[in-house]
Amino acid sequence: MLRDITLGQYYSGESWIHRLDPRVKIIATLLFIVEIFIINSFEGFATAFGALIIVIAASKVPLRFIMRGLKPIFLIILFTFIVNLFIVDGEILVKIWIFTITKEGLYRAVFMAVRLILLIIGSSLLTLCTKPMSLTDGLESLMKPFKIIGVPAHELAMMMTIALRFIPTLIEETDKIMKAQQARGADFETGNIFRRAKHLIPILVPLFISAFRIAQDMAMAMEARCYHGGDNRTKMNGMKFAKRDAFAALLMLLFLAVIILGRVFL
Amino acid sequence: MNSIVEINNLIFSYSRESGDETTGCIFQNAIDGVDLTIKKGSFTAIIGRNGSGKSTLAKNINALLLPSSGVVYVNGYDTRDQDHLWDIRQTAGMVFQNPDNQIVSSIVEEDVAFGPENLGISPSEIRKRVEDSLGAVNMGDYRKKPPHLLSGGQKQRIAIAGVVAMKPQCIIFDEPTAMLDPKGRGEVMEIIRELNREGITVVLITHFMEEAALADRVIIMDEGKIKLDGSPSSVFAKRDELKSMSLDVPFIVELAHRLRQKGVDIPENTVSRKDLVEYICRSVHRK
Amino acid sequence: MSISAQKINHIYSKGLADQTVALNDVSFDINDGEFVGIIGHTGSGKSTLLQHLNGLLKPDSGRIFINGRDITEKGVDMMEVRRSTGLVFQYPEYQLFEETVEKDIAFGPLNLGLSQEEAKDRAAEALAMVGLEPCEVAQKSPFDLSGGEKRRIAIAGVIAMKPRVLILDEPTAGLDPKAHKEILDMIEDIHKNEKNITILVSHKMDDIARLCDKILVMEKGTVVMTGTPQEIFSKGEELQAMGLDLPEAAQLILELKKRGIEKDETVLTMEQAERTLLEVLDKC
Repeated sequence: MLRDITLGQYYSGESWIHRLDPRVKIIATLLFIVEIFIINSFEGFATAFGALIIVIAASKVPLRFIMRGLKPIFLIILFTFIVNLFIVDGEILVKIWIFTITKEGLYRAVFMAVRLILLIIGSSLLTLCTKPMSLTDGLESLMKPFKIIGVPAHELAMMMTIALRFIPTLIEETDKIMKAQQARGADFETGNIFRRAKHLIPILVPLFISAFRIAQDMAMAMEARCYHGGDNRTKMNGMKFAKRDAFAALLMLLFLAVIILGRVFL
Repeated sequence: MNSIVEINNLIFSYSRESGDETTGCIFQNAIDGVDLTIKKGSFTAIIGRNGSGKSTLAKNINALLLPSSGVVYVNGYDTRDQDHLWDIRQTAGMVFQNPDNQIVSSIVEEDVAFGPENLGISPSEIRKRVEDSLGAVNMGDYRKKPPHLLSGGQKQRIAIAGVVAMKPQCIIFDEPTAMLDPKGRGEVMEIIRELNREGITVVLITHFMEEAALADRVIIMDEGKIKLDGSPSSVFAKRDELKSMSLDVPFIVELAHRLRQKGVDIPENTVSRKDLVEYICRSVHRK
Repeated sequence: MSISAQKINHIYSKGLADQTVALNDVSFDINDGEFVGIIGHTGSGKSTLLQHLNGLLKPDSGRIFINGRDITEKGVDMMEVRRSTGLVFQYPEYQLFEETVEKDIAFGPLNLGLSQEEAKDRAAEALAMVGLEPCEVAQKSPFDLSGGEKRRIAIAGVIAMKPRVLILDEPTAGLDPKAHKEILDMIEDIHKNEKNITILVSHKMDDIARLCDKILVMEKGTVVMTGTPQEIFSKGEELQAMGLDLPEAAQLILELKKRGIEKDETVLTMEQAERTLLEVLDKC
């Protein structure tokens, strides 16, 4: 199941999408998310799907990989669909016992489900085609203008970098702790949800302590390497805005225009 | 000035809150009056049992800890001088015990670049330094790899590269091999020796006698004080004093001592296997 | 009590890109009361093997008999297996989690189904066995103690389950020489008093030579040599070719051998080295 969470995973590649500046990709994703909530027509969603298919093709990430990412949220999509189906008032289509399905409800249900699907696929594409380090660099760069209002852009980016760096280490640590406790007879499989939650304490406490120890050590190591925040700090791998990024930005704006016009006139 | 580190009458005690858990009694000084001068280009090993103050001393050198009283000078700068803190830490780099908890980035070359980036060095110069440093620790092929896939010895070498990339004059190694297997230990010690050969002053904190034997100078600490100070052979030969401090007496030293008690005339400065083998061969061929 | 492994195979990430053979037809026998040492590189399969012996991992093929019972069969109660085989991992102090030392040590016994009273008694017993004073430390938080003490408490947590087989994976890793000696002496005492099977994984050949009745040498997932310390360490050159160390005394004798001074006996300890050298020097 863990392997099916594609959101956050990186799929190695050298496609056109992979090589875009991360800032362009982040803004494109954010715009896309806004757009799917602006769209309110079948034509609009069809356009959005079309655009997504083009991006998926350009990214050269296998379709099955992307579809796998929908598996964990399948239940959420289903739940949203059903709830919206039954709660909206309007022109009644079907009546089953005390439940009514209206035309508006059907539209709403379908649209919400489609929005969720587009949302997951769109966000997954961002992380699938952008290295974690590039993402944090991109976010840091985008947040820099907001430093004036007090957003600690560099610190947030550094926190993300270190967190990403330690995810595999902490997963390994959790595995070791679990095995050590299992060797002492701990049982993480049987029992109802309350019993199982209680059994998490022998894992969570050592894990937290490990995390604190790592943090202490890291702070010392970083200070020893002259880390003193973001001031006067250079970066070995800068981000360069290339022609393809300008092209992508243009396409992005065009798409936005289409969607807004679609909403206004359809 | 050919001394790079100068420590004058250093006294350091941990406050109640921040704790080195190995010093059980809080009111005892972790460092209780240490005078020490480290010459440029030298290789000094500091040995002591847990709680002897050796790690605390190391952290006083690069200003991670500041003296309770006394002064520590690095390249002439007082470690308490806030204005020169970064100069001090760039001059005296430090490699820690846990290979994992020093690596900041999820890509090897980015981690090695971390130090130079902090110093505000130009990107092209950083690139060059990263290449050179990775080469110096024989990890050039791993530049794009994620660190969590590396062995302990490899990770520690990346940590060393990260410090070397800052072009320090002195590197302090705080028990760098304590968590490594024999192979990793060998890899790291090889690099430490190479770095010293190239002119970097090395201060090695360890409790492995075989590692200290590689140094020019061995200092033994106990209860926050320097108890012995001299060449490896002169220090290791002091068997009784080492034993009284619960330190490992090198195998050869102990063996030579026993043979001496049985009437064999082995010279006092026989501390390495090579020494003993030489002596035995000489004695056998003489007869 | 006995352990018998018959052609165990274990493959990690079966079917995936990073598939690796961790254990390859591993077979060996361990008899009651033996102190067994397992040596080999990091990556030779030692950790994987240990986890098979207490049921944490199941082999892809092959069988493991503990006291005559095949634990690889379906339906075997894993709790029973863990009752008899205790495994102490590397840096075991990282598994401590309870509010007090007593509670942490009692965790194992409680999981085995013992009552609170019985678990408390076991905790006190185990504390004594690892050389700590129950009345002094039992009510302290494990996190208030020194590194060496924490390690002992973690080991006590496994001993409190009274396993007939005690497996220790590099129990002295990261410790200074004094603590190293203390922990090993403690393990030796426990072995003598409990008359259990003790399996020790270590890189310190001097310890292995001194304590073990039998040694298994692992390389690339297979057991390449089995024998007594005398037998194993007499094959100095083979071990060195595998990148493995020898006990200090053996290394010295090997050096002398290379210089033309031959001695037939296998020398493993300081005492033996002393005797041999006296002979060599007096002979001439």
